[in-house]
Amino acid sequence: MEKQLLTLTVNGQPYELYINPKTLLVEVIRDHIGLTGTKRGCSTVSCGSCTVMLNGMAVKSCSILAMQAEGAQVTTIEGLEQTGELAPIQKAFIDHGAFQCGFCTSGMIMTAQALLDENPNPTEWEIREGIEGNICRCTGYNSIVRAIDATAKGNYKEV
Amino acid sequence: MIHDFTYLKPSSLKEALTMLEEHKDDCKVICGGQSLLIIMRQGLLVTDYLIDIKHIKELDYIQFDAKAGLKIGATTTHHTIETSDVIKKNYPVLVAMENKLASIQVRNWGTIGGNLAHGDPSGDPASVLIALKANIKVGNAKGGRTLTLEDFCVDFFETALEEGEIVLEVQVPTPEAKTGATYQKFNLLESDQGMVAAAAAVTLNGGGKCKDVRVVLGNAGPKPVRIKRVEELLRGKGYDEKLFAEAGKIASEDCEPVTDIHASEEHRRHLLGVLTKRMLKQAWEQAKG
Repeated sequence: MEKQLLTLTVNGQPYELYINPKTLLVEVIRDHIGLTGTKRGCSTVSCGSCTVMLNGMAVKSCSILAMQAEGAQVTTIEGLEQTGELAPIQKAFIDHGAFQCGFCTSGMIMTAQALLDENPNPTEWEIREGIEGNICRCTGYNSIVRAIDATAKGNYKEV
Repeated sequence: MIHDFTYLKPSSLKEALTMLEEHKDDCKVICGGQSLLIIMRQGLLVTDYLIDIKHIKELDYIQFDAKAGLKIGATTTHHTIETSDVIKKNYPVLVAMENKLASIQVRNWGTIGGNLAHGDPSGDPASVLIALKANIKVGNAKGGRTLTLEDFCVDFFETALEEGEIVLEVQVPTPEAKTGATYQKFNLLESDQGMVAAAAAVTLNGGGKCKDVRVVLGNAGPKPVRIKRVEELLRGKGYDEKLFAEAGKIASEDCEPVTDIHASEEHRRHLLGVLTKRMLKQAWEQAKG
């Protein structure tokens, strides 16, 4: 097996890596680049905790070969905060108690951010459908839905 | 753990087909990989060469013409299909099916060609597309051929693709006037695969009688199961609740589901009967307009 060159941008920072082509995107993010906010959960495209944005789309990084992200712009949970200030969706999650153990949170927030980017005014039902690919075993989802709704309504505008 | 492989990234369809010809004994094609990587990680699939066609733009298109019907390129993602205006207008059942296919993350990356080539009988698109009389175009370095999607689905995780061939395009004819089509799956988790599913398409004639009908069941056997006895029963008949109930009974007899961790065969037969009855009734009402 020959290592291959992968170039991609993660949270605005360009990277050049030599990887075994079987390496998954989540492994590159966590093990090669060292950003451990993205979680590895089920590894079967079910739980959503590995969700990141790839060229603005929410995807599950456990089921994408890193080589398929060649040239892509990847955003992880670490990339949402700007100049030390949490993003509106992050503030909303804190205020609404939208997490307990926190394992699903980074994936949930990335899915929520991608949803709001595509549909800035979702109905409650669209929010619930939008996060159906993310499993949370603590909250019962209602606080998460309220946090996303509050962000959409502009209650957490960036200062 | 995924076994080592050599990763090949062709820059065009032509190059992909050449690579496929060269490595046809020991290669596998990856597109979105939303199903493939799972079975590779489970060690169920080992390959020397992996040919990545995800980025090939030549196969990423949706075309519609009232005469020629709908053509969807193999690397078109599920999310592109569910947000396509022309599909929303002319094939609303495809949008309804895609909306319920896995989760948004999977639909953003997974492709229609990859889904069909995987040959999973619990996959959503195949049964709906067969109800809509879809064809599939496949090809290798020497040329292409078109076959019905029904013939393309051969067995459990097995398709009519031969060595060196890939899926190129899905073709769906324009539905006749007074046609209704519906699809519903039964699952415990919204983003999960269906325990069972039923698709129905009904076309009525000028007198409101059934001119043509198809019922195709998902996860009801080793491949999408077309219930031809129901089709014979309904053709030429008028709207009748009793007929739908009879159709449901036939469907639950003629399907061939298995017992697994998700449901028993008996439970699946029951659900397939109920879904067939409901989908036929809804499709019929839609066809009336």
